[in-house]
Amino acid sequence: MSAGVLAPSVLGWQRAQPGAAHSVGLWVFMGVATVLFSLFGVAYVMRLSASDAVAIGLPWQLWLSTAWLLVGSALMQQAAWRAQRGQVSRPAMLAGGGCALAFVVTQAWAWQALLGAKVSLIGNPAGSFFYLLTALHALHVAGGLVAWAWVQLSSERAAWRVALCARYWHFLLLVWMALFTAFSLIDPEAAARICGTR
Amino acid sequence: MAHSADHDHDDAAAHEPTSFINKYVWSQDHKVIAVQYASMAIVVGLVGVLLSDLMRLQIGFPGHFAFITPERYYQFVTMHGMIMVIYLLTALFLGGFGNYLIPLMVGARDMVFPYMNMLSFWVYLLAVVVLMASFFAPGGPTGAGWTLYPPQSILPGTPGHDWGIILMLVSLLIFIVATTMGGLNYVTTVLQARCEGMTLLRMPLSVWGIFTATVLALLAFPALFVSGVMLLLDKTLGTSFFIPAVVSLGQLTGYKGGSPLLFQHLFWFFGHPEVYIVALPAFGIVSDLISVHARKAIFGYRMMVWAILIIGGLSFVVWAHHMFVSGMNPWFGFFFATSTLIIAVPTAIKVYNWVLTLWRGDIHLSVPMLFTLAFMLTFLAGGLTGLFLGNVSVDIPLSGTYFVVAHFHMVMGVAPLLVVFGAIYHWYPKISGRMLNDHLGHLHFWVTFLGTYLIYFPMHYLGILGMPRRYYNFEGYQFIPQSAHQLNAFITVVALIVGATQLVFVFNLVWSLFRGRRADPNPWRAASLEWFTPQTPPAHGNWGAQLPVVHRWAYAYSVPGAAEDFIPQNAPAQAGGQEPDATPLAASAAATGVAT
Repeated sequence: MSAGVLAPSVLGWQRAQPGAAHSVGLWVFMGVATVLFSLFGVAYVMRLSASDAVAIGLPWQLWLSTAWLLVGSALMQQAAWRAQRGQVSRPAMLAGGGCALAFVVTQAWAWQALLGAKVSLIGNPAGSFFYLLTALHALHVAGGLVAWAWVQLSSERAAWRVALCARYWHFLLLVWMALFTAFSLIDPEAAARICGTR
Repeated sequence: MAHSADHDHDDAAAHEPTSFINKYVWSQDHKVIAVQYASMAIVVGLVGVLLSDLMRLQIGFPGHFAFITPERYYQFVTMHGMIMVIYLLTALFLGGFGNYLIPLMVGARDMVFPYMNMLSFWVYLLAVVVLMASFFAPGGPTGAGWTLYPPQSILPGTPGHDWGIILMLVSLLIFIVATTMGGLNYVTTVLQARCEGMTLLRMPLSVWGIFTATVLALLAFPALFVSGVMLLLDKTLGTSFFIPAVVSLGQLTGYKGGSPLLFQHLFWFFGHPEVYIVALPAFGIVSDLISVHARKAIFGYRMMVWAILIIGGLSFVVWAHHMFVSGMNPWFGFFFATSTLIIAVPTAIKVYNWVLTLWRGDIHLSVPMLFTLAFMLTFLAGGLTGLFLGNVSVDIPLSGTYFVVAHFHMVMGVAPLLVVFGAIYHWYPKISGRMLNDHLGHLHFWVTFLGTYLIYFPMHYLGILGMPRRYYNFEGYQFIPQSAHQLNAFITVVALIVGATQLVFVFNLVWSLFRGRRADPNPWRAASLEWFTPQTPPAHGNWGAQLPVVHRWAYAYSVPGAAEDFIPQNAPAQAGGQEPDATPLAASAAATGVAT
């Protein structure tokens, strides 16, 4: 299936280059997702500045998941470059998607580790935000995997489609790094300093 | 949808969908989706009107209607507010007018992502179904007020604190998904699918208004999404994002440490831009209607575009003026009061430019024009009371009163709705190929317009008198004089009449579809592109074999020396009527044309 649009020549848009509209669409979507995560970030800082918040120890699995996303992002970029040059891009793209899948599994593992350490969803807001934001990010990864599978299964795997997958993979990596940084550096103490409540 | 793949290719090949299902149900045609969106919005809007009339019955004639219990009253208030702001106005302006007008006005064959466009409508429909389901849920819909402030919205004591609030939040989250899918389409179509010659600064102001409002929606709805998700988790799983340690009905709850103020910030960071999500499309559409029906170019086109963009930008830095009574650092209050008052500058520019467009125009008092003029008055009246409420020291005594109810109904309830009506009377001939009935239109206009003033002007007075809003019953308060009760009864009677008159409008919509006078392709003799499709109503693909080529802006009216008093946007360049600041190239093309 051709991602909802079609036969540009007949329909008359996309004067510039194939995939130009999809590219703009993806930029806009990434903008929306950035606003979404930023607002969660603001809420995170504001809520953590309250006196009932307690810092949580982050499980080591998060470093592994970061590595998955880094490698996935690199592989996807390689696939995009290869596709652009008309070379075989499928293996790199498959591996890039596999990394994203491994990321989600590793995040679930991290959840289990954290639950084992008696950090629950309710009670401490640091825990609540951790579960909520990792889940939301994983949902965005899952959405990316749907698009990735779509491109894999579609008859024409145009280079620009692979390039858009790569761009989204970089975006997922950046969002995750921002989240990970916030979880690591902005503990209740720091949040209270930012908000001037302590 | 297992069949979606085939179906996509059908449309892709640009042959017309043939079966009824493909054409009118699972349609990917922006015009059909627009009508689906608009029809659904009007249906929920009628529910909203009915709820407001039920509220008015209680306020005007307390004690006469046993079925309006305090719980139900608050449920009516809440559902009325949410339906009108989100499910009617937002859906109608973006999903309805945005869908119909953007591709036709910029010369595209459709939205760039037709399949996602179709999904947007069906997801919106799902949001409406979930919302309506809450009327039938145990405990009924939520009665928390449309702002859904925690902690009260999810704790016992508020009607619908169980299923009602959950369904409301779920419905909002679904709605946001629908709006985002639609919004991606509108923005990308404007940026990518304009026909040859359609520069950004040749787009009609309707497109500018809808485009900017869509950008606001894409940036603001995430704030509602964030607050909705966290409130839903507080309700269902017992997290404490927003709920502090509270004793509820004598029972200590498990919540602790949450911040209700955080919810208010997030809600209004969405809620204030939402005002402009509704207002900017109205501003844009009204500019076009004035220009067409006064046979004059819009005054200060570029200024109008900049005003739209500046208003859009400012709308993100004023949100806390909704929270003056929540208490805040006086410096913050000063900041938000100032930013709020600054918005009056670009807004006033727009109003002046509308008036200057009318100045010495050839004003045709058609039904769309009547609604347009009514909008200008109403928006002015509502905007001026906004200057009162934008000041902290004036807002604090007034904010709990009917003054606020009068203000926001005038400025963001009635004013945009008048534009909706005007726009429907204006574009109905293009959409259906038939004219709406003029007599019914006049009846609808005069009752709605005069009724609005009879309803809301007295409310300003009641507010200054100190009559509190949000009260179920006003009996037994010494400070409320008998005359206020009489005024309330009067307002209720008018509200019932105005409410019933909307049925005349709906009747007109349906009746004219079959019996209306056949419309010319361009009954208002407008210059913008949507009136120059080969067929009326436009066929699938809009433009036949050849996309149009645009040579001027959409406001070439009463050009001296021209054969007619308007020049279509797609008439050859030699016909003249270019925008005043046209590029030298276009101007010289026109000049050569005249010379030869």
